[in-house]
Amino acid sequence: MKPTFARRFIAGVLGLVSVVAFTSSAQAAGEVKHPRAVNGSWEGPFGRFDRAQLQRGFQVYKEVCSGCHAMNLLHYRNLGDEHGPFYDPKYPNPNENPVIKAIAATYTVKAVDPDGNEEERPGLPADRFMSPFENAAQAKAANGGAMPPDMSALIKARHNGGDYVYSLLTGYGLEPPKGKEITEGKHYNPYMPGGVIAMGPPLVDDQVTYADTEGNKGVKPTVDQMSHDVVAFLSWASEPHQTQRKITGFGVMGFLLILTILLWFSYRQVWRNVEH
Amino acid sequence: MSGPSSYVPKSDLEKWLDTRLPIMRFMNDTLVDFPTPKNLNYWYTFGGILAVCLASQIITGIILAMHYVPHVDMAFNSVERIMRDVNYGWLIRFMHSNGASMFFLAVYIHIFRGLYYGSYKAPREILWGLGVIIFLLMIITAFMGYVLPWGQMSLWGATVITNIVGAVPFIGDSIKTWLLGGFAVDNATLNRFFSLHYLLPFVIAGVVVLHIWALHVPGNNNPTGVEVQDVKKETLPFHPYYTIKDAFAICVFLLIFAGFVFFGPNTLGHPDNYIPANNQVTPSHIVPEWYLLPFYAILRAITFDILIIDAKFGGVIAMGGAILILFALPWLDSSKIKSMRYRPVARMWWFAFVLNFLMLALCGAMPAEPPWTLISLLCTIFYFAYFLVILPVLGVIEKPQTPPASIADSILQSHKKSAGVSAAAVPAE
Repeated sequence: MKPTFARRFIAGVLGLVSVVAFTSSAQAAGEVKHPRAVNGSWEGPFGRFDRAQLQRGFQVYKEVCSGCHAMNLLHYRNLGDEHGPFYDPKYPNPNENPVIKAIAATYTVKAVDPDGNEEERPGLPADRFMSPFENAAQAKAANGGAMPPDMSALIKARHNGGDYVYSLLTGYGLEPPKGKEITEGKHYNPYMPGGVIAMGPPLVDDQVTYADTEGNKGVKPTVDQMSHDVVAFLSWASEPHQTQRKITGFGVMGFLLILTILLWFSYRQVWRNVEH
Repeated sequence: MSGPSSYVPKSDLEKWLDTRLPIMRFMNDTLVDFPTPKNLNYWYTFGGILAVCLASQIITGIILAMHYVPHVDMAFNSVERIMRDVNYGWLIRFMHSNGASMFFLAVYIHIFRGLYYGSYKAPREILWGLGVIIFLLMIITAFMGYVLPWGQMSLWGATVITNIVGAVPFIGDSIKTWLLGGFAVDNATLNRFFSLHYLLPFVIAGVVVLHIWALHVPGNNNPTGVEVQDVKKETLPFHPYYTIKDAFAICVFLLIFAGFVFFGPNTLGHPDNYIPANNQVTPSHIVPEWYLLPFYAILRAITFDILIIDAKFGGVIAMGGAILILFALPWLDSSKIKSMRYRPVARMWWFAFVLNFLMLALCGAMPAEPPWTLISLLCTIFYFAYFLVILPVLGVIEKPQTPPASIADSILQSHKKSAGVSAAAVPAE
């Protein structure tokens, strides 16, 4: 293949691929308003979670979202995992972390005692996050027929994950376009596919009180701030090992890069006397 | 290429073994001393890359199967548990899911390379045909694998694709029910897909052995398309020359692979597959994984009845035909010259074919509505015309350039040329 052909061809392919990527993302957005960027500290290969923000995000989930939304894939112990909101290097096993124990103990869990009688006991770090409803039917009935989605994997289960949830939470209170019918009990939100959402505005300013700690200095619980914080928490929850993944990634890429360079020189060395 | 074996047993043990099971001789002749043309370029490293992909998929797959639960109530959560609670489970799972994408990326390059250099032509028809069988098995395996996490796209993708079988006239519905193990995609389907998804990679590995066997009888094709005439002058032993070159290419490929696994593991997937499967809620836009999009577009391109064949069955025939036609390619291309390096007109059509294939992928990602339905149809027509009209006719009417008399000649020429070019380029600068 002549190099000019190869070059022209690769340029053509790259061009078409970018057209595909652009149009399909535009398609995915459809008539929905494109979400605003959350610009989280955790985004990108070098991005890391801010521990104080994860704790605030958990607080928002606990005090607001968890009234309707379950997070069935998480256990209280996860909160104390490395890179998690309440990780403490003194307790590599999060089940022994007193903060985690205390959080779990604020919940009451249904259990069966050794005699087979139903009992209620305080929660343990090994327990799953408590669900707000007994079952799906109850969840629907309590929410006007709409099922509040489980939020464990929410960020990776939506196009533009974090941006979308952040925009949705801060996207209330806008005037619906002319001709758009918003029925009783529904709400207008331009970021929701279709523009109509069953969930009312979940956050109001000063809804939660952030603890007066070093990491929370100057942080006011505005709707925007709480949305940002809870999106950080949900991003972590969608993939609790993502920080470890990125750190490992740099090691692996570095190793592969050095190996590739060494192999290149070995290749040149082996082929040095070959006309080809 | 197979010829007299160059293996000389060195130790007493090797001599003893060689008269009983000459496995060392076999390994030596296929992996060490195998004579390989000197002039293979980097497009020829994808065979080795694909072997790495298959091995990686099998190893990560076996580990995933130790933790995965093939039941509709537990499959989704078990995959999440792998990524959350199993030690390095996130790594194994992302290597497997992204590995499928990398496998297809490599196989498409490998196939298009074969199309460009005429690697399907005599005496390599069987080699090519075995490759098409591997590709077909890969598609089936990947499709079943995508169902296993039991997300929304798993369920609905499986529903759409198994509906294909129902399009067969008269007996389609009965076959579909038999294949699914019920009237809809459900637990029985998930169980058998898991079973087959575990089985087929080993079938692929078996066909790969045949593929390599069929490669080692006529030997590698090469960018000139001219067969090796002088083994001594024109070939090199596979080891160390091509083991080192392949190793370098594999490492570059692994860098890209690792880039996806560690820094964008969900980039190539669909977010809907992180929503647990729900047979009461249909996703607004059902799409297969990216690597199946071109064939999905061909399936949907037929929107009209042809005589007694209704549109749905017509689409099925077109999609099946798009893969099966590759088997006939060695006899459809009438050109005596293998490599498109010396077929300027055919080369332009080859580029058009590749762009057309990418266009089909785009059509597959778009909703089935105008203008995409029309574009899909036109692209599908071109896809088939390339094999059924362009290649058969072109071989007769085109005026190809004269290929070099031998590989040695071509190497000599390119050296003269590059020496001449660099000498000429100096004063111009």
